[in-house]
Amino acid sequence: MKKDNVAVNNPHTSSTKSEMKTKRKISSRTIAFYMMVLPAFILFATFHTFPALQGIYYSFTNWNGISLDYDFVGFKNYINLFKDTVVKDSYIFTFKFAVMASILVNIFSLLIAVGLNAKIKGRNFFRAIYFLPNVLSVLIVGFIFNFFFTNILPDVGEKYNIEFLTTNILGNADLAWIGILLVFIWQACAFNIILYLSGLQTVPTELYEASSLDGANTWQQFWKITFPIIAPFFTINMVLSMKNSLMVFDHIVAMTGGGPGYETTSISLLIYNGGFSGGEFAYQSANAVIYFILIFVISVFQLKILQKREMDM
Amino acid sequence: MKQGTNWPVTILISLGALLILIPLYMAVSIALKTPQELAQSALSFPVGFHWENFTRAIEATNFFNALKNSAIITIFTLLFTILSNSLVAYAIARNMHRKFFKGLYFYFVSALFIPFPIIMLPIVKQTSALGLNNPAGLILLYVVYGMAMNIFIYVGYIRSIPKELEEAAIVDGCSTWGVFWKVIFPLLTPINATVGILTCLWAWNDFLLPLVILSDSEHATLPLVQYVFQTEFGTDYNLAFASYLLALAPMVFVYLFAQRWIIGGVVKGAIK
Repeated sequence: MKKDNVAVNNPHTSSTKSEMKTKRKISSRTIAFYMMVLPAFILFATFHTFPALQGIYYSFTNWNGISLDYDFVGFKNYINLFKDTVVKDSYIFTFKFAVMASILVNIFSLLIAVGLNAKIKGRNFFRAIYFLPNVLSVLIVGFIFNFFFTNILPDVGEKYNIEFLTTNILGNADLAWIGILLVFIWQACAFNIILYLSGLQTVPTELYEASSLDGANTWQQFWKITFPIIAPFFTINMVLSMKNSLMVFDHIVAMTGGGPGYETTSISLLIYNGGFSGGEFAYQSANAVIYFILIFVISVFQLKILQKREMDM
Repeated sequence: MKQGTNWPVTILISLGALLILIPLYMAVSIALKTPQELAQSALSFPVGFHWENFTRAIEATNFFNALKNSAIITIFTLLFTILSNSLVAYAIARNMHRKFFKGLYFYFVSALFIPFPIIMLPIVKQTSALGLNNPAGLILLYVVYGMAMNIFIYVGYIRSIPKELEEAAIVDGCSTWGVFWKVIFPLLTPINATVGILTCLWAWNDFLLPLVILSDSEHATLPLVQYVFQTEFGTDYNLAFASYLLALAPMVFVYLFAQRWIIGGVVKGAIK
């Protein structure tokens, strides 16, 4: 009743009042939005950004991780890293592994996905089987395959006189990385197959029909029709598998522990071993900084190159 | 243009599927054998199932304790991740025109390119100094570290939801929080499923983070227990394999029943 009176008698004040009300409402809404993100921001800064910066900070010291005091040593750790053959070998191993793994994982995944997308019996059943390794723990899968390489394959090799199977390849300095690679591919394909398959399902079937009327063969169809359409999936898969294989850790812990010698010590494993039990906290922090820069540059570079190719197609 | 079944491809795909299944079949058969049987042939079908390998493994590794730890860590990680990350993503998605929120978006998402080893050494010192070297700390870290990927997935999804729905609720006098919980959150169910599945698989199977964070072996998760007992299993492979299978089984069972749903969820997360 009173409200109505005000509105009738003095329309001007009423309108400013309601304007003020909406203004206050907007700012309270904005405050609510800030309140929603603030705790997350603080936690992320505390448990992600802060330790990362700390890692960079320690990389310029000589701290062993335990003693109470330490000194600044400038770039000494970085200079020593470049002279260290164990570090150099771990980078060579990791990159060799990652390049081979991402290429092979993508080739096999794409082949299997194309197969699953064809007119086959029991597609959903096979799709479920191919994805199964993705729900299994990498560490445990590594332990299982470790047993196969150490015990079963040499037995089979002896029984049927297959020379190259008789020795455990995980114990062979030249071949151990291939054993790890095989298991990595076995498991990593699962995820990529599913991605490629969902990409393939977006290709309209009319395109195939039209092109086969024009006399295109299956090979041409794949490169001219299928591949350009699934190119974004190729980009995602290449970047993801490169990143995952550069971080390889669980497989190695379960299968070789980094051996024989340091032959299969990946960068992550070296940082873990040296940093926690080798008294090289600061030194391995410097290693981690180099590793971070490399991963960052490679991911950005890959995204740029592959996206450019997508555009060109 | 109707075609019949492509048999050559069906056969190749079946052979490929055998490459997945044979190692798993062998793992099961080894777990059910006696050492003598295993010595004769690892490949043969087990004669008389030796379930006692499993009971021995349960006792040796204190399986139910590890199962409990894994379950608690995974469930709470899942719960907090979905409730918190979706809320944060909502605030970011609706304020992308503001510098602060846009900056925050790139701040979270750029963490995808930061490899864990650079954080690994300092975070261990930090969590033990704060008394977080336990399951609670681990859950906190999963929720925080998962944000990089989840914010990316959620923001993409929320931006595709029309604002009109919220505006109607605001006119009805709903607060910003109310709008989120009553209007937006129920609409997020499909993408919550995706984030939930990815989070569960990660928290359940992860090895490195529990390895460095958990200080008390009482708190060990299933993968960590396998690692700790690896040396104690020695050459008792039947025991070791029974223990591996017990550790793999819960996720495999979930997968068997929810396979279609899990694959669908994973695909949606990756396409976003």
